[in-house]
Amino acid sequence: MRAQVSRRTIFAFIGPAVFGLAIVGIAPLLYAGWTSLHFFNLTKLKRIKFIGLENYWSVLTDEVFWQAMGRTFFLLCTALPLQIALGLGIALILHKPGLGLLKTLARLSLVLPMATTYAVVGLLGQVMFNQKFGVVNQLMGGANVNWIGDPTNAFAMIIFWDVWQWTPFVALVLLAGLTMVPGEVEEAARLETKSWWVVLRHVQLPFLLPGLVAVLILRTADTLKLFDMVFTLTRGGPGSSTEFISLMIQRVGFRGFDQGLASAQAIILLIITIVLAQIYIRVFYKEV
Amino acid sequence: MNTSRSLLWQIVLILVIIAVCVFPFYWMVTTSLKTQIVALEAPPVWLFEPTLQNYREALFEDAVLRTLINSLIIAVCTTALALLLGVPAAFALARFEFRGKKDLWFWFITNRMVSPIVLALPFFLIARSLNLLDKHITLILIYLTFNLPIVIWIVTDQFRGIPYDLDEAARLEGASQFTIMRKICLPLAMPGVAVSAIFSFIFSWNELMFGLILTRTEAKTAPAMAVSFMEGYNLPYGKIMATSTLIVIPVLIFALIASKQLVRGLTMGAVK
Repeated sequence: MRAQVSRRTIFAFIGPAVFGLAIVGIAPLLYAGWTSLHFFNLTKLKRIKFIGLENYWSVLTDEVFWQAMGRTFFLLCTALPLQIALGLGIALILHKPGLGLLKTLARLSLVLPMATTYAVVGLLGQVMFNQKFGVVNQLMGGANVNWIGDPTNAFAMIIFWDVWQWTPFVALVLLAGLTMVPGEVEEAARLETKSWWVVLRHVQLPFLLPGLVAVLILRTADTLKLFDMVFTLTRGGPGSSTEFISLMIQRVGFRGFDQGLASAQAIILLIITIVLAQIYIRVFYKEV
Repeated sequence: MNTSRSLLWQIVLILVIIAVCVFPFYWMVTTSLKTQIVALEAPPVWLFEPTLQNYREALFEDAVLRTLINSLIIAVCTTALALLLGVPAAFALARFEFRGKKDLWFWFITNRMVSPIVLALPFFLIARSLNLLDKHITLILIYLTFNLPIVIWIVTDQFRGIPYDLDEAARLEGASQFTIMRKICLPLAMPGVAVSAIFSFIFSWNELMFGLILTRTEAKTAPAMAVSFMEGYNLPYGKIMATSTLIVIPVLIFALIASKQLVRGLTMGAVK
């Protein structure tokens, strides 16, 4: 039984929020659309001129753009499986009965990484992964690995921090799913079989699915957004080995000053994001 | 025998989990207490005489204190604004039936997914032409793009959990919808409102990119300040870690306070 209220009342409640979000969320997008149709360079502001879809054509045929896009999805495809595998392991360990206090302590520690300022994670990376005085090389038995200056190692380092920061999140999501399994169902299953895998696959998995879907959607979005941590850690380097899509657009727009081209890139990224969101929601979120 | 061994394994693994989560913070804090000479020792030293020199320098000589205050002002104001706009909208989404509700919902989902760089480019140009660069209000407004959706999301969820009977009774007494929201539903929805406020604060406090692009000195945020120490050679690592520690402590405290609701909030209610 929902209240029948006048349109005026509805508007009074919801109007300010819609208006606010339209001003900060939509107006800038329209402006970006306008910019993307122009030659618009911050160092040559006198020469702004309409060039139609030329910027879009440049982006679509630009190898650098698609490489950054590919790199972004490569990061997602390497970090996410690790996060899910480790997160599931952690969730199963914490789901076992007993050890109340220790488990509470673990759950509190898991909260810390995901709340940490992304920029600080990057700065920590600078300190901990330094080749000479970094603690990571020391803990690896005095190894002399050049983490920040080598393309492959730098990428591995980014994966490490992404996994460090977001595995706890996956673990807590899956743990919440595990606790949804009715106790008597799980006990009955454990009487039937000794294999934890069978229990996981046939009893627990259905309860984990909504969480896994949410993780998939959010990690995809966050990887497309990834900027702060990489910017403070490698600035996209060495070369362009860790230049993910958001970093690339920032470089073109603010270090290359080509706002027109960067806006076209941003709009294309926006379209890709919306298409992905639509697909995800259609496929997974039917009930919404 | 078998069970005690598996228990031992469980204890060891849990300790490993805790250690991996906490170690970077331990290293951050200890590095912040090192002098530059100790910080640059290779291999790194674990035992040394701690000093507060880095904090003193960072806070009072390099104006980190001011950037922390800027971050605080911006995070508090944007959170207040997000609640002011978001709570009534959440009430409408939870209680009223109207056309376009689903589209509105989808709009909020995509808002959560859009990369901030997409907005940063036009925002920079608009702020520049309106003379709004390096002003607190600019960041306060732009942070609404992620705070408002999260407030609406969490609070709607909370309002839905409140039984309609209460509304019904109040309406028979002649109360307006606004009164019903303020006097009946809002007090009951306070836990959700508080959690969404904490989220909004954490996200705003942690944000770097907009701060970097849209501020210079007057409204510079603390993360942007920490990054500005990264210029040149011979980086002041101790000072960078001291600044990082000062930035991270408040969010960690908030996160621990809200730890029970953190997962639910981050997944926008997909996980109870």
